Amino acid sequence: MNIENLIQVSETEWEIPTDFRSDMRVPVKLFATRELLEQVLNDKSLEQAINAATLPGLVGYVVVMPDMHQGYGFPIGGVAATEYPHGVISPGAIGYDINCGVRLLASSIDFESARDDIDPLATLLNKYCPSGVGKEGAIKLNMKELDQVLRDGSRWALKNGYATEADLARTEESGSLEGADPDKVSERAKTRGREQIGSLGAGNHFIEVDVVDQIFYEEAANTMGIYQGCLVLQIHCGSRGLGHQVCTDYVQSFQNAVRKYGIDLPDRELVCAPMDSPEGKAYMAAMRAAANFAFANRQLLAHSARRAFEEIFAGKTRNWHLHQVYDIAHNMGKLETHFIDGKEVKVCVHRKGATRAFGPGSPGLPPEYQKIGQPVIIPGSMGTASWVLVGTEDSMTRSFGSSCHGAGRVMSRSKAKKEVRGDSLRRELEMRGIKVRAGSLPGLAEEAPSAYKDVDMVVETVSDAGIAKKVARLLPVAVIKG
Amino acid sequence: MGFEEISHTADWSARVWAPDLPSLFVEAARAMNSLAGTVIGNNAHMRRTFETESPDVESLLVAFLSELVYYQEQENLAFDEFDVRISAQRLKIQMEGAQIESVEKAIKAVTYHNLNIEKTDEGFETTIVFDV
Repeated sequence: MNIENLIQVSETEWEIPTDFRSDMRVPVKLFATRELLEQVLNDKSLEQAINAATLPGLVGYVVVMPDMHQGYGFPIGGVAATEYPHGVISPGAIGYDINCGVRLLASSIDFESARDDIDPLATLLNKYCPSGVGKEGAIKLNMKELDQVLRDGSRWALKNGYATEADLARTEESGSLEGADPDKVSERAKTRGREQIGSLGAGNHFIEVDVVDQIFYEEAANTMGIYQGCLVLQIHCGSRGLGHQVCTDYVQSFQNAVRKYGIDLPDRELVCAPMDSPEGKAYMAAMRAAANFAFANRQLLAHSARRAFEEIFAGKTRNWHLHQVYDIAHNMGKLETHFIDGKEVKVCVHRKGATRAFGPGSPGLPPEYQKIGQPVIIPGSMGTASWVLVGTEDSMTRSFGSSCHGAGRVMSRSKAKKEVRGDSLRRELEMRGIKVRAGSLPGLAEEAPSAYKDVDMVVETVSDAGIAKKVARLLPVAVIKG
Repeated sequence: MGFEEISHTADWSARVWAPDLPSLFVEAARAMNSLAGTVIGNNAHMRRTFETESPDVESLLVAFLSELVYYQEQENLAFDEFDVRISAQRLKIQMEGAQIESVEKAIKAVTYHNLNIEKTDEGFETTIVFDV
């Protein structure tokens, strides 16, 4: 793919028209600067976006965010909307880690006065929030309890003393998706999830303590309770082995569904089924159950993180509590209503490595966020800045109420591992004052900041494009990784 | 017969080749163990049998490798000896392995991304993308 094949709409927006390839049903719209676009011309991101544009029932366009990179089937950073109920749902366009997402909790703890507490805090967070390859979670559930988690998500956590009403109010879908059916989740998926709930896992998942570095939108920051110089905490993880198994099961069974419904696709990872078919309905119900598991998982991790904060700060720091700012998914399929060509259309918005970014006045936002729009949490690469943004009115009309989800990888994992040594990276981060607790040094190396794009550039792009607005910039002081 | 790692921005990928289909399946399993940095212990050997049916050979391969992901995650088991039988749309594999001593990286899923088992002059070849 050459940049000459793209139509430049503005400094931050590009288009691949449907006549680029005969099987495209809608155009591809890319939010990126020329520099960010050039970084992905050599991988398969754009080819995958074009492949995604062939899904039956698509409306509008396939949107790709500036943190885009090559995935499998569907590009990371991709958004696609299919018309309900006859359009398709595609498990591969949502991803294996169903409802991978980020939770942000904020405090009034002044970083300067807590500087000496960060190291023991990192140790306690690492102790209470299990992480690493296949690690067992903080609690043990029997199968009946697990079904309750799959059905109720964070509402299960509330009933069992792991959440507050305020946490749920500030979670996408209140942490509990309607229509989840545990019976559509295989026994194998449940077995994988049962022992892992309340754990972080490995890969790019992390818990990070940050200090609020800069505020850009005072009113929104105040509404969220984010204050300059104070500590906040991010939790990035998803549905663990359960979500992976749900996706594996349905990508496998949908291989037959595409034959049954006569759907021809350029990549078998994009397999799909009409939403109103028995196969489509079953996946939707299983995907929602996995999403509920992920909401409950992040809620349990937040509970464990609060315990660590309490042990370190209670009795010596006033107002040490961690309050929830928001919890947001970036791998999900959601039924939403959007304006397309001037008409209200009910669609399934597939977001894979893209964050919902609803603007002010959107349905489903808590009352205090109605005026400012939905918080969008953008974790950076390890050791670099993270961002808090809000959705805009423009995001509703131009990107199906979506924005970017992170920095986006630019270097392969194998190259990162060859070029970066985990122990040197840990030393470098520690020298910069960032406390690191990592289960695997090779794993740490793969997540090196140099393997990612510049998160500030990604955020400036969505901000300049008008699909999100900057609220605050965060800088890391402690990172916990599997 | 062999495998090599293929560069992938976000995940892991391996090209695998072998003179026949059963050996291709064995090489794919070895590639997966190698990418994950799996070290199999010298403790008591375990045997497991995996049987499945699928309309195409790519689906048989994904099902087999997904089974290995499950054993690694749930039972901390990895395998290094395989007896593979493929006939029409059926697969039966007898596997021998042991408890995992250490693993560097978790492979969480096996994808169908551009998966195509091709017949070559030397036998068979495919490239598999793993979610990590």
